[in-house]
Amino acid sequence: MNGTDPTLPDCPLPHSHRGRIILGHGSGGLLTGELIEHLFRPAFANPLLERGDDAAVADLPGELAAGGRLAISTDAHIVQPLEFPGGDIGRLAVCGTVNDLAMVGARPLWLTATFVIEEGFATARLERLVASMQAAAEEAGVAIVAGDTKVTGRGLADGVYISTAGIGVVPPDCETGGALAEPGDLVLCSGTLGDHGIAVLAARGELAFETAIASDIAPLNGLVETIYETGAAVHTLRDPTRGGAAAALCEIARQSGVAIILEEAALPVRPAVAGACEMLGFDPLHVANEGKLLALVPEAEAPAVLAAMRAHSLGHEAALIGRVEAEPPGRVVLETTIGGTRIVDMPAGELLPRIC
Amino acid sequence: MKYLEEYRDAALVRRVLDEIAATVTGEWTLMEICGGQTHSLVRSGLDRMLPPGLNLLHGPGCPVCITPLEMIDRALAIAAREDVIVASYGDMLRVPGTSGDLMGVRSTGADVRVVYSPLDAVTLARENPDREVVFFAIGFETTAPANAMSVLQAERLGLENFSVLVSQATVPAAIRAIMSRPGGRVEAFLAAGHVCTVMGWSEYEPLAEEFSLPIVVTGFEPLDLARGIAAAVHQLEAGRAEVENAYGRAVSREGNREARELIDRVFEPCDRTWRGIGTIAMSGLGLRPEFTRFDAIERFAVSEIDSAESQICIAGEILQGRKKPIDCPAFGTDCTPATPLGATMVSSEGACAAYYRYGRREGAGS
Repeated sequence: MNGTDPTLPDCPLPHSHRGRIILGHGSGGLLTGELIEHLFRPAFANPLLERGDDAAVADLPGELAAGGRLAISTDAHIVQPLEFPGGDIGRLAVCGTVNDLAMVGARPLWLTATFVIEEGFATARLERLVASMQAAAEEAGVAIVAGDTKVTGRGLADGVYISTAGIGVVPPDCETGGALAEPGDLVLCSGTLGDHGIAVLAARGELAFETAIASDIAPLNGLVETIYETGAAVHTLRDPTRGGAAAALCEIARQSGVAIILEEAALPVRPAVAGACEMLGFDPLHVANEGKLLALVPEAEAPAVLAAMRAHSLGHEAALIGRVEAEPPGRVVLETTIGGTRIVDMPAGELLPRIC
Repeated sequence: MKYLEEYRDAALVRRVLDEIAATVTGEWTLMEICGGQTHSLVRSGLDRMLPPGLNLLHGPGCPVCITPLEMIDRALAIAAREDVIVASYGDMLRVPGTSGDLMGVRSTGADVRVVYSPLDAVTLARENPDREVVFFAIGFETTAPANAMSVLQAERLGLENFSVLVSQATVPAAIRAIMSRPGGRVEAFLAAGHVCTVMGWSEYEPLAEEFSLPIVVTGFEPLDLARGIAAAVHQLEAGRAEVENAYGRAVSREGNREARELIDRVFEPCDRTWRGIGTIAMSGLGLRPEFTRFDAIERFAVSEIDSAESQICIAGEILQGRKKPIDCPAFGTDCTPATPLGATMVSSEGACAAYYRYGRREGAGS
């Protein structure tokens, strides 16, 4: 871990710092070394990190020689509260980048992690978050091979921010992208929509009622692999995170110049999430997910893909939710439960609860 | 979900729509008063499943949309004070005042909180004794009981640091105003079910008689709305003009007596300005004299409010049912939910927001 920042003053080492992150932990000096040796390195243990140099040095993956390509992605994570039912910011930071790589068909290999920590943050809590990152990395089969730590003054950050970057490798024959959806494709969704957004809102204590909803945060690369193993020509994959399924599908419709027709009655939404949305005036299509994917595949191959998704632990509740048509291009249209239609648009901004 | 899915049943809705189609012989113009109903109509696509000849106008029943600009500017000025926490329902945060919105002042350091209930604002006041907590008490008869309760609660707790910025409106006065204006086209009203849950429907009977106006108490789910429309059409075709309850599972003629008493204890009728429409006599609720110490307007003397509306926005005419959102030159171009010129584009109940969000744009929506 390279934590040197010459602009920060070297902190004295007060005895009372134990158990808390202090400015000195970001100074690049002894305390930084201590943090790396006792906290980060043991948690993320892997040969690339072990070397302790300024950069991790890795061998080229075999697929590259055979015509594969690199996929590169980065993602910054801020969330309050830092820990919530179903996950925490650590798990979010790993899954966010792993999933971005997986959505272009890449096999994620390596991640880097940058921590911006607020002075006074409990070391035990940091340890918990780091352990959660490692657990998620192991689930995804990736290694965290480089990182950095900075410490801000108290009040200048909201506990901890974690930014991750990732590198993966796209197999030679894989062509998947947001601009590749075609009329005739079917839209598959790997499970229930809106769990993450409602879980975080509930954990913030912003709902006037209790819910038992847990976030769905999960690394999706295993599910993606399962999908590709069917041999289907997967045109588009997207994980509907911020902005929900509506934003993801609107982007695809615009990128591909196609219409996406959704069937409201087919959308998988847990009753508790549907109930929370009813009360708050939210559309489940606008609420964030962190462990779901949308797959657009040719109609003939959709049944096999759907069956494969349902056989995977992260896709039990997978559903066929819509189809791709030519008209009207760039639009997402919802066929409502009562047989009407309406356009589905990008959410305008922060979701605000309604008055009555 | 029980009590919801039954009212979104395609076959049942279709049956009522067929009944409407079989009944309609002429052209009729109906107005749904409530913004929640506007959204439900457009969201479900029901508005497009009605037979031709049946025209639905969207009424002024969105409390966010009709809150006067001057009142929003006042809230912005109060929120900018360092010793104040302004609490409000979420929708209010993005409603544009003359120079910005509450979300904007929050980004510059003001303490603006979203609450789900006015009683949460009372709790805020209790937990922050060194700050002034101002609750932006807006709404129709639906929110009035809880808003009244917050004042009574603050009084009971002896809170000196809680006040309310009141912008309450009442529905019957709005119906009277719409019907009294020359050139009005509305031939029947769908009354707002939740307002009638509190108030009952007897206060609509004089209106039905005076203006020969069918008024149907209507719920919010697609089937409720279809039934309300069907009842109005039956009356129009038969030449009847009565108050009818098509939301029997929630509304009784007397309404909720305890809730009405709460309103009467704290509030009294007053003239009020409706944004985009103007002043309507006795169409608002203000604090009774014995509660003026909880009035944020009295507590925070705000001077030099110079409120000026957008020159382009036609929200007023939309709120009166004279125009539809797509008649506005700025709709969907200069005015979108991200850059609203008027409140009807902001509120989750505003007609413009409903049209925009659910694709009621030129040629869109298939």
